[in-house]
Amino acid sequence: MSSLIGRNLLAGAEPDPAGDAGYGDHPPRMGFFTDTSVCIGCKACEVACKEWNAVPEDGLELTGMSYDNTQGLSADTWRHVAFVEQTRPLPAAPDHSGVDVFALAAGEPDGSAAGARDSHSAAPQAQQGADLTVVPSPDGRTELRWLMSSDVCKHCTHAACLDVCPTGALFRTEFGTVVVQEDVCNGCGYCVPACPYGVIDQRPSDGRVFKCTLCYDRLGDGMEPACAKACPTDSIQFGPLEELRERAAGRVAQLQAAGESGARLYGEDPDDGVGGDGAFFLLLDEPEVYGLPPDPVVTTRDLPSMWRHAALAAGGLLGGLAAAFAVFGTDRKG
Amino acid sequence: MGVRTWIQDWPVYRQLSGGDPLGRGAAARSRTTDGLRARTATADKVVKSICPYCAVGCAQDVYVKDGKVVQIEGDPDSPVSRGRLCPKGSATLQLTTGSARRHEVLYRPPYGTDWERLDLDTALEMVVDRVLATRRETWQDEVDGLRVNRTLGIASLGGATLDNEENYLIKKLLTGLGIVQVENQARVCHSSTVAGLGTSFGRGGATTFLQDLQNSDCIVIEGSNFAEAHPVGFQWVMEAKARGAKVIHVDPRFTRTSALADLHVPIRAGSDIAFLGGLINHVLSTGSDFREYVLAYTNAATIVGEDFRDTEDLDGVFSGLDPDGGHYDPLSWQYEGGDVQAASGERDTLYEERARNSAVSAAGHSEAHGSGGARADRTANSDPTLEHPRCVYQILKRHFARYTPEMVQEVCGIAPEAFREVCEALVANSGPERTTEFVYAVGWTQHSVGAQYIRTACILQLLLGNIGRPGGGIQALRGHASIQGSSDIPTLFNLLPGYLPMPHAHAHEDLDSFVDAVKTEKGFWGNMRAYMVSLLKAYYGQAATAGNDFCFGHLPRLTGSHSTYETVLAQLDGVCKGYFLMGENPAVGSANAKMQRLGMAKLDWLVVRDFSLIESATWWKDGPEIETGELRTEDIGTEVFFFPAAAHTEKSGSFTNTNRMLQWHHTAVEPAGDARSDLWFTYHLGRRIKERLAGSTEPRDRAILDLAWDYPVEGPLAEPSAEAVLAEINGYGPDGAHLSAYTELKDDGSTSCGCWIYCGVYADGVNQAARRKPHTEQDWVAAEWAWAWPANRRLLYNRASADPEGRPWSERKAYVWWDAEQGRWTGHDVPDFIPDRAPSYRPPEDATGPDALSGIDPFIMQADGKGWLFAPAGLVDGPLPTHYEPQDSPVANPLHPHQQRSPVRQLFARDHNRYHPSGAEPGAGVFPYVVTTYRLTEHFTAGGMTRWSPYLAELQPEMFCEVSPELAAERGLVNAGWATVVTARGAIEARVLVTDRMAPLRAGGHTVHQIGLPYHWGPNGYSTGDAANELSSIALDPNVHIQEVKALTADIRPGRRPRGPELLALLADYRLRAGITERTGTEVRG
Repeated sequence: MSSLIGRNLLAGAEPDPAGDAGYGDHPPRMGFFTDTSVCIGCKACEVACKEWNAVPEDGLELTGMSYDNTQGLSADTWRHVAFVEQTRPLPAAPDHSGVDVFALAAGEPDGSAAGARDSHSAAPQAQQGADLTVVPSPDGRTELRWLMSSDVCKHCTHAACLDVCPTGALFRTEFGTVVVQEDVCNGCGYCVPACPYGVIDQRPSDGRVFKCTLCYDRLGDGMEPACAKACPTDSIQFGPLEELRERAAGRVAQLQAAGESGARLYGEDPDDGVGGDGAFFLLLDEPEVYGLPPDPVVTTRDLPSMWRHAALAAGGLLGGLAAAFAVFGTDRKG
Repeated sequence: MGVRTWIQDWPVYRQLSGGDPLGRGAAARSRTTDGLRARTATADKVVKSICPYCAVGCAQDVYVKDGKVVQIEGDPDSPVSRGRLCPKGSATLQLTTGSARRHEVLYRPPYGTDWERLDLDTALEMVVDRVLATRRETWQDEVDGLRVNRTLGIASLGGATLDNEENYLIKKLLTGLGIVQVENQARVCHSSTVAGLGTSFGRGGATTFLQDLQNSDCIVIEGSNFAEAHPVGFQWVMEAKARGAKVIHVDPRFTRTSALADLHVPIRAGSDIAFLGGLINHVLSTGSDFREYVLAYTNAATIVGEDFRDTEDLDGVFSGLDPDGGHYDPLSWQYEGGDVQAASGERDTLYEERARNSAVSAAGHSEAHGSGGARADRTANSDPTLEHPRCVYQILKRHFARYTPEMVQEVCGIAPEAFREVCEALVANSGPERTTEFVYAVGWTQHSVGAQYIRTACILQLLLGNIGRPGGGIQALRGHASIQGSSDIPTLFNLLPGYLPMPHAHAHEDLDSFVDAVKTEKGFWGNMRAYMVSLLKAYYGQAATAGNDFCFGHLPRLTGSHSTYETVLAQLDGVCKGYFLMGENPAVGSANAKMQRLGMAKLDWLVVRDFSLIESATWWKDGPEIETGELRTEDIGTEVFFFPAAAHTEKSGSFTNTNRMLQWHHTAVEPAGDARSDLWFTYHLGRRIKERLAGSTEPRDRAILDLAWDYPVEGPLAEPSAEAVLAEINGYGPDGAHLSAYTELKDDGSTSCGCWIYCGVYADGVNQAARRKPHTEQDWVAAEWAWAWPANRRLLYNRASADPEGRPWSERKAYVWWDAEQGRWTGHDVPDFIPDRAPSYRPPEDATGPDALSGIDPFIMQADGKGWLFAPAGLVDGPLPTHYEPQDSPVANPLHPHQQRSPVRQLFARDHNRYHPSGAEPGAGVFPYVVTTYRLTEHFTAGGMTRWSPYLAELQPEMFCEVSPELAAERGLVNAGWATVVTARGAIEARVLVTDRMAPLRAGGHTVHQIGLPYHWGPNGYSTGDAANELSSIALDPNVHIQEVKALTADIRPGRRPRGPELLALLADYRLRAGITERTGTEVRG
């Protein structure tokens, strides 16, 4: 508690959001790492989420936007798979001769070493790949890329939704995640514009807000979230955030070494505008391509200084008033 | 609650007193939040199950609370799925517990306009009445003087979504009743697989298993949209890719599979044989074959008879063609010095020949006649130098010589650079140190030359030495939970359990002459009599004795094809009057959906068993023909019974996954209302029929009365014991003990076995299919998870993973090898070989059956122990694959300009089934575009298990078509707008997706546009749309009677389709403009 005094709890460095939310002895912060480079766009995450959380079906609309008929996150969609069709060159395939697959299959360290060697040996080719310009096919077409990415609530380190909630319906869990308490939410909707990602949303039928809980009930029983469990290719990985960040750094390095120059992490940086996301991503292109804000900032970042300024202003006002009364009083006496 | 507690519970108190000064964490928790528990944690029990959708066979945990299923999710212990599920698997809770399921029996009387309610018992009695009456009225003792012992008045369709035990009882009961038209989805999905893989390698199943994909150095996915149709299996492709494998996707469309592949090669639908043939030509012309493997393990050196003539000699056809009848006499395709029988495919073709020779052989004159298959001295008929002009290797070289990169470009529209990249990848990733795996699905099977598609891949993989080795093989991805099982224990007209052929009608046919004609001399098909007699004992029990030929005469006889498509014609012709649909929806899902419905409209009675009111149950009141006025509900005399079916969570039984693995699912809850398992329905139907016929002296009733039909029943619903059925399938020895291997089967009637290849699944009285040792507690092969046929072998033909001396080809690819000290084969899997047969063993010349297998014969089901590059028997359309255009194609065959289509394709020139002009034929331009049909991840086959699920429906809510921007511009199509797709058979409307993922190709000298159509929709359900099968025709592969729906032609125009009679006028106009007559597209030659 003492450590909290004098700190801005709404922005800046926050290594222990659960601890600072009153959980003394708490489990490690848990989160999602969504590696979009292995996403097959199957939408198992969307369905597994809805089945587990009994989220209602929300409309049969063919959008004409590739295979995305979900359109975005909402009160009734807590996982959303985006589909982006691009015409651009693909990197050259790496050379993997010399990989001992049996050692790998057996899980031997040799195998992983071989794998590491392999990614090094692939590096020169990767440069070749990067040098490739768009090679049109005889009929003038270029090579295709179909990006797929499963979006979800980011469970921000600094979650504005939670900051602005006047009823305490939104709260930080012992796992560091951000969850709506459906029994508390009164549907005021303050959180909706507060979210820098546009995630949280009101359900029209009852006005309350709903979003990903990172399957808070499952976590409590030692289970992983439904979407991560279902994901056929492990594109959605669940675990302690620190571990996920390490794994993600390794993966992005591996992809870049293999010529995937656009590979980057999104939301993993504790120094970003929301103090890092509890659910972060490996993307193959700019965040905007996937419909993600490039530089999100917690909308309550400036709240403390605003309060300070307000307090100052109020103080000044009061001081002025007091002074005015004092002067007036003196006059009367005088 | 005390005041103190009340105060302490107050969030403000907690905020002020605890470590959460801002009240955004611990202090804000409500009592409900504090009490949250996962419903899985509070469930009363967890029941082990298997996903009911595709054939990957993902394991499921079914959580039950208060007698209700509350959650279904993946079982992490499974070595195949590792706890993961695709969107369909994730929606099984909604499938099984959702409001879309019906739980009451419904009845539509003849000419009735609406459903009525019936109680289950009355309905079942009525069905018994109808079965007996129709059977009596339509019974045939003889056809053309030959005994057939059957009825064509009743047919059944469905089984791939059912359990093995259910398929077993259906086939057994209907065979006992003399019903031969027993079919299921396996016919329309993967029948060409059985013929293609079976004739090449000896068994008609995928040669490998999904987890082995991780060992591949190169994976070629062609004819399959792996990531979309089998998402959870695709994790093993991703594993391989993570380990450095090159992943190639060859497909007309850029799909979600292509998105994850290293290389996507767009191909014109219907041209894969030319592409694969080009790869074969590359391997042969560059000498890149794995020569030691090819010499030892294939029939490359075998010399073919002098009379054989290739398509290169005869302008596009093989020797033996009857140009009038449109079929081949395959006699000239045989090896020099004797005929061999195929291990699969069509085995009756040479019946008379073989029966005659076998009679001669019994008299001791076989050598004089030069017959007897592989009994003939192989060395005398082979040339290990591979130089003899008539050896298979040289025949292959000549046959494929014109499949050049230029020809590949001309036929397939594939650029030479892309083709070269595939060639190089294949060759670089094959040989002793490396392996390549091919993966396909119905993109290869559903063609008029489907079996030959598979054969082409078999030849290529044999030449590259990739069969029987880790990371190699041919992975056939099947698409229903038990469609492999419904082939193994076939609800198929032409097969008996374990791929024993159904007998055709022949003069003086008895058990011995039947077995002699269809068995092989060498290898394990040489023991066919033991398998057959044991099956007859399982079918007819005590009644089957040596004295009565084990009731072989009870079996109904075939006279030609009785596939589901012939059945439809029989319905239209009034021959077939009663129809069971058991979990299949032909009114939407089978080719030429209109003919399916019109056939049903001619029936006396129809029984539909399903979850919901699918199109096949309601066509009489709301089908497309009602809208057009072609049918009037009041005029339709068909009586319709709807019986609600039990879900996989409501019954016990086994599914066989795509890799021959039987996995048991256990009952979680009892089915509600009138819903019952198909095991229950079939058992009680049979029981009641047998009770009705008790005491009958009619000869036709002897078979059904003799049928062994004693199964223990359990529980409140008198559910027959599925385990008892599985035990019968497994078989019993003379002492009544459970058999443990098919090698124990005898041909003297002392053993019984309902399906010889499943023998061992109940070894030691233990349900081996229910084994669930977690994959984390065993090696990657996971042999102790469930049970795979044959003999729990996971990787078939694995003898070939070792060199002729029995040593691994390389350490990297070691799998099964000869342990000289132990005198046994050993390794990571159950050896697919005689366990103690040394590599050096050579059989004596008079040896037969398994005894005749040498130590270097890895293909133990084959008549010569070898992989067949050239198939001298088993296929009716040629010993080698050759490129023919699809029945309807915009391209004139560039390879054989004088032979556009397969000369022996199976056609039905009838009303409603008109074919298109092709290539340069006049009128072809009316249908200028190629249509290909497919599945999406979010839906399942004809939609019966997904269109009613809101969570799946919202993901792909409407029927759509995919077109290129170029085609959209050419035809004025707008993204998200409407288009109408038209063929001579039908017109459908679909929303338009304009996408670069559909690329126009140049083939046959002009630009070819392709249109993609998912085929999941129909007019019923939560998500509705037109069915793609309104467009398709019935044009079949003559080997297996599978329909060509992967490549057809059509026109496309903007806007929605006309309604009512105007729709018929539109179609008539198109046919007129294209000059279509009943003869269009039906030529044999030309």
